[in-house]
Amino acid sequence: MSTAQTIPFPDLAPIDPTQPVVSFEHVSIGFNGHSVLRDITFQARSGEMVIILGPAAGGKSILLKLANGLIPPDAGRVRLFGQDINTLSPEELFAFRGHIGMVFQESALFDSLSVRDNVSYRLIEEHDNEEDITRRVLECLRFVELEDAIDKFPDELSGGMKRRVAIARAIITQPKLFLYDSPTGGLDPITSTTIIELVMKQRDVYESTALLVTHRLQDAFTLATHRFNLKENRMERIENDGIDPNTTIMVLKDGRIAFTGSLVDLLRSKDPYIQQYLA
Amino acid sequence: MQIGEFVREKVLAVQEYSLLSWTALTNVFRHPFYWTDLYTQADLIGFGSVPIVILTGFFTGGVLALNSATTLAQFGAKAVTGELVSLSMIKELGPVLTGLMVSGRNASGMASELGSMQVTEQIDAMRALGVDPLKKLVTPRVFSTIFMLVFLTIISDGLGTLGGGWISSTMGIDVSQYFHMAYQSLRYPDILEGLVKPLLFGFIIATVGCYFGMSTRGGTQGVGRSTTQAVVVSSVLIIFSDFLLSRLTIDLFGR
Repeated sequence: MSTAQTIPFPDLAPIDPTQPVVSFEHVSIGFNGHSVLRDITFQARSGEMVIILGPAAGGKSILLKLANGLIPPDAGRVRLFGQDINTLSPEELFAFRGHIGMVFQESALFDSLSVRDNVSYRLIEEHDNEEDITRRVLECLRFVELEDAIDKFPDELSGGMKRRVAIARAIITQPKLFLYDSPTGGLDPITSTTIIELVMKQRDVYESTALLVTHRLQDAFTLATHRFNLKENRMERIENDGIDPNTTIMVLKDGRIAFTGSLVDLLRSKDPYIQQYLA
Repeated sequence: MQIGEFVREKVLAVQEYSLLSWTALTNVFRHPFYWTDLYTQADLIGFGSVPIVILTGFFTGGVLALNSATTLAQFGAKAVTGELVSLSMIKELGPVLTGLMVSGRNASGMASELGSMQVTEQIDAMRALGVDPLKKLVTPRVFSTIFMLVFLTIISDGLGTLGGGWISSTMGIDVSQYFHMAYQSLRYPDILEGLVKPLLFGFIIATVGCYFGMSTRGGTQGVGRSTTQAVVVSSVLIIFSDFLLSRLTIDLFGR
């Protein structure tokens, strides 16, 4: 691996829980003359999980890439931790991403690196010592219950295992914001539930902010109606059919926000599109 | 596709290529620099290409001597075979053939490796993990190719001259006369020309390979397309720039 030194992550001011961690202000973007997202405005405050639902090819993944500064918007502003990311230099933006953990749709693991090196990629770039790296990798792999796979390579893992490694890679620096791009896409129902349980575990243990993109309503329902019981190491339904107050659901339609609110609001919505979507 | 759209696409491609090349070069002045990746690429590109460069250089020199000696014998000038082989190898064939061989081997390798990373979102993942892919992947490839191609060219020149000597000896030319002619005919501008060309060819091979890799779209089919385009474009650019450099050298040094 590299012996280069990286720019240290910039220190963030203490996060005011009332201030949004992510803020989209009238964001629009298009490709080759086709508009993909139009006038998107929403916020995610500290500790909140925003679940973004919508049909396939509806711009959900683009929204996450905008949130991470991987692509700039054509119009509008994206603010992370109060900072307009369009005003950051490329070097500042790369350093800024140290505070964000992202899980890609197809895991996007580095196929020539072992699970250990994939999970510790950031730490290796920061030149942490080997013992510390191994200890933290094991902690993260224990979190996703995949300790035994530490020396394996991505092509030796199943789809579900790859997602778990991707989650371990995202949590290793304990970022303040998580971006999940269809973490259950292409997985069987049992594995999908395992992944959602891990997402919930991360949400309830670390209490970090997250944007989660999915086209599976079931994922949104599970995340909104369950919480993780750390003692029993499993998810459980919230008492009295309650819902998680920090989980917000957002539905995209034709590149615009068609709905934002809680699960209860979603179920009560009279909007014909939402009703059709829920049917 | 309309002509306007086609032209717009090509101009955009040239702009993106220029930007990538400029950033890859100027990254050397920006922190961090990935030395380990530089050594790894130098090993892959340089030492990995030694066998094909040895074989190509040796047999090219041999066939050059074979054809030259046969033709020169008609004018009773077989003795100048060494001069012809060494000048041809050092000024033209050494740099160009080495460039083309390395292009076929490494421009395609870079395009397919980076292209695969691109279509599987590994490049985006790298950026999301706070690492600049241009610094980590492109800059080490560009500098290691430029650096190693100079030495590969020297090997090719040497082996070509040696191959010519071996063939000449089988055609009744005195070996010491062959090497004497080969050495005496060389001037500093010839050496300079032969060593400047690989610098440019190395830059072309790496930047074209990385550009097509980084701009890959369309899954595995796209990776295949990028690989082919990288080899074709870098080969054509090598031959074209060789012509321009040869013209420039003649204008500057008169030979």
